[in-house]
Amino acid sequence: MKPFALFVVLALVLAGTFVSCGGGSKGVVIGAVGPVTGAAATFGISTKNGDQLAVDEWNANGGVLGKQIKMVFADDKGDPAEGATVYTKLIQQDKAVAIVGTVMSKVSLAGAPICQAAKIPMVATASTNEKVTQVGDYIFRACFIDNFQGIVGANFAFTNLKAKKAAAIFDVGNDYTKGLAEFFQKQFTTLGGKVVAFEAHDTGITDFKAQLTRIVQAKPDVIYCSDYYNDVALIAKQARELGFKGPMIGGDGWDSPDLVKIGGAAVEGCYFTNHYSKDDTRPVVQDFVKKYQAKFNAVPDALAVLAYDAMNITLNAIKTAGKTDGAAIKDALAATDLDAVTGHIKFDADRNPIKSAVIIKISNGQQVYETTVNP
Amino acid sequence: MGSIFNLQQIVNGLQLGSIYALIALGYTMVYGIVRLINFAHGDFYMVGAYAAYGAFYLFNAFVGGGAPTAFIVLILAMAAGGAIATLANQIAYKPLRYKPKMSSLVTALGVSMFLEYFFSAFPLIGANPRGFPDLLPKVIYQVGPAAISNYFIIDVAVAAVLMGGLTILIQRSRLGRAMRAVSQDKDASKLMGINVENIITWTFLIGGMFAGAAGLLAGMTYPRIDPYMGILPGLKAFIAAVLGGIGNVPGAMLGAYIMGLAETFANAWNSLLGAGIAFIILIIVLLVRPTGILGEKLADKI
Amino acid sequence: MGNMKLPRLTIIAVLLYALIQLLSLVGVLNGYFLIIINQSLIFVILTVSLNLINGITGQFSLGHMGFAAVGAYVSGTITTLILKLSPDKLGNYPIFVIAIILGGVFAAVVGLVIGFPSLRLKGDYLAIMTLGFGEIIRIILNNIDYVGGPRGLLGIPKFSNFTIIYVFTFLTVVLLRNLIQSSHGRAMLAVRENEVAAELVGVDTTRYKVLGFVIGAFFSGIGGGLLAHLLQIAHPTQYGFYASALLLVYVYAGGMGSITGSIIAAFALTFLTQFLQLGLDSLTNITGISFGSEWKMVIYAVILILIMLYRTEGLMGMKEAKIVMLEEEKK
Repeated sequence: MKPFALFVVLALVLAGTFVSCGGGSKGVVIGAVGPVTGAAATFGISTKNGDQLAVDEWNANGGVLGKQIKMVFADDKGDPAEGATVYTKLIQQDKAVAIVGTVMSKVSLAGAPICQAAKIPMVATASTNEKVTQVGDYIFRACFIDNFQGIVGANFAFTNLKAKKAAAIFDVGNDYTKGLAEFFQKQFTTLGGKVVAFEAHDTGITDFKAQLTRIVQAKPDVIYCSDYYNDVALIAKQARELGFKGPMIGGDGWDSPDLVKIGGAAVEGCYFTNHYSKDDTRPVVQDFVKKYQAKFNAVPDALAVLAYDAMNITLNAIKTAGKTDGAAIKDALAATDLDAVTGHIKFDADRNPIKSAVIIKISNGQQVYETTVNP
Repeated sequence: MGSIFNLQQIVNGLQLGSIYALIALGYTMVYGIVRLINFAHGDFYMVGAYAAYGAFYLFNAFVGGGAPTAFIVLILAMAAGGAIATLANQIAYKPLRYKPKMSSLVTALGVSMFLEYFFSAFPLIGANPRGFPDLLPKVIYQVGPAAISNYFIIDVAVAAVLMGGLTILIQRSRLGRAMRAVSQDKDASKLMGINVENIITWTFLIGGMFAGAAGLLAGMTYPRIDPYMGILPGLKAFIAAVLGGIGNVPGAMLGAYIMGLAETFANAWNSLLGAGIAFIILIIVLLVRPTGILGEKLADKI
Repeated sequence: MGNMKLPRLTIIAVLLYALIQLLSLVGVLNGYFLIIINQSLIFVILTVSLNLINGITGQFSLGHMGFAAVGAYVSGTITTLILKLSPDKLGNYPIFVIAIILGGVFAAVVGLVIGFPSLRLKGDYLAIMTLGFGEIIRIILNNIDYVGGPRGLLGIPKFSNFTIIYVFTFLTVVLLRNLIQSSHGRAMLAVRENEVAAELVGVDTTRYKVLGFVIGAFFSGIGGGLLAHLLQIAHPTQYGFYASALLLVYVYAGGMGSITGSIIAAFALTFLTQFLQLGLDSLTNITGISFGSEWKMVIYAVILILIMLYRTEGLMGMKEAKIVMLEEEKK
């Protein structure tokens, strides 16, 4: 029986290779990664849309280097191990010349070493954890980083909201939420405030009452919640139930229409730091909002904008480099000096762009622009 | 440390425990009867939650909110849980009843995977979490330092009623007697004229109904549902059932409340290691009492 | 063994190796397929090691991936540490091999620590205990910031290539096969069949149960180490309860107690997942309707249930293919 089984396996393997051989790229292949399924699925969908919008625009104008752009999008499911597989597939199987993605820092952290080793440039769309670009000189990002974001949040809490005591809650299994909460804590303490509770919760749970009870009993003025929108909605609801009446503040993980859908009145009057606001009057922003709305029938969120910007940055670098060689693109990326929707893109020594943050308030169930904070 | 064991945390723990109890009962009943760890049980809970969600939106249009809708939704959630459990039994578990136990276990894993991924893949349902609607207006009572919502009362009350009903069923009714007989000795039961397969079907049905009820309660209390919501609670309820002595109905209830309270206190004490502490407690208990707290020592038949 | 002929298994293994190398050289097997083959081989190691515990010794272990995690993190930490301190010394494979083996040793120690208390329990209680330990390992790793905590252990140098993985897999299969078909293996089978009877005829059941655990843990650690150096990342979520449960599926789909079955199942199921994905992709291209990747898992689950319903003992049951059996058996 065994020789037969072997034969079958080999036959299948050979057959499989023919199936996969159809990947002949007549254009410039750009890989794109995002979490279309999983804990933050709206992020992935927005990312994919933003990527697509940029690619379609370039293709309508003749593509890049005289060829059409072929975008291969892969779902990382918000999981680092899956991300590692997906990045490898894009590089090895689809022969991408550059990769735009991804959203979650923990997945980008898994993909970056792979890109760096393969000398394929990577532009993360929304990964804000500072360790991502520290992986190597081929890794860039289109967004600001968490120590800036945490500081902005802390400053806002202390100065604008006049909070003296704050509490923080975050997901222990996610370096982004953990890092952001830690940066908030550091800055808030430096400003003279007191962090009265610093609670972690396990990934995937729905009952936060134990931690929230401890937080509420410490009587903070604000709660800083660095989680993704799905957890934030629940945390907010349960916090209100336990008697917390103050505002909650968070990071860019809040940016999703589902936040209000699930959180409802619990998130009313709360704030979060973000990369852009649709209310921004700059023409480039309004232009983008109109284009996105026309194509996808929805108001773009920060994830969509960042993906759009990241894709533009990448394609622009390829155009400047004049060829699809990894090293050339990398150098062109480092020299980027571009006006994008989320601001002017110029990379610092760590390949992070120097950008401003906006503060958004949830008012009447809508995201309303509150203020801009410059670095 | 004294601040951990305050009233609010006790309330939290009891609320959590009530939901675990309903799930754990299903696990323990099925195990008692067919010695199977039904890994898919957590997913029956998930199905119940989704059924409740769907039912609410369906009936809200007609009946319009409040207690009547909530009651209908509860019935439907239980029906859905019971239905899916019975179906799983008929299709996947029954054919393997007298085959090696391990194959049933793998099949249970298969059923579990199927339910989770099917609900994720099916376009109308999808993998994205959904907010669960407020079935009843939420009222919060201040009892001393603790804020107790009417949902807490509902959770504990529903769980208590169901558990009470089950106990009466098992102790007083013919069906209950038959169930006890079958879990003790299948062959002897057959000789006494009991239709064993029938009893097994009833067990799955009841267990599934309880899981469905738990799904509704969880949806209401922690208002978010997604296709994978059954994995963690299922695991914890399973541990609770073992803690109390698997196969033992009162044991499952006891184990579940212990788990709920332990998890809450552990998280309150040190949220970083909280989840691990629950497992450590489990291991310690098993080391001291290998068959669980209320479990019976089964004599080794030579 | 007076004859000069090389054992059958070795010959077949060498031929297979040569064939795959040839195919990849010629270009028929591209990089992506080599990754799948590599993953399948690692799963062979993991499956066979679990089979030793569950299938041969009959101990229901539900936390096997915890051992793999130990192996992954230990070997990964060693190589990343050396990479940071003196990158030039890393160039050669000996250090990698030592790291992998050390990973296995640590895993074996953990297996010993877990084995002793757990093996007082029987059946489903043992399962829970091992499950609990597996989760505790995962939570501990999630909280050790030095090895990355929730980030996972990153930037592990890519040492796992086809040759090394193949050699390790071959050695694992041969060593375990020899163990199982020796008197020790027979003692383990006796423990599985009827522990009381085995005790009565003089088999030291505790010793063999612990031995099974420790050896199974050792090879699981090796598998974990190889996996970490293939994916270049080790993350706590990869080694949780669900992963252990999936591994259990591999063991039973192949046949409890059959090494051949484990090998076939590891390959078949790994390839199946990938093919289902490719099939879904082409279906999406043909029909234009976007089929999410969850459908692949739905089909996978259905196939699993069907295998259990229609071939309950697994693909190979408890039998071994002739090639795998030791030649001494033919007397």
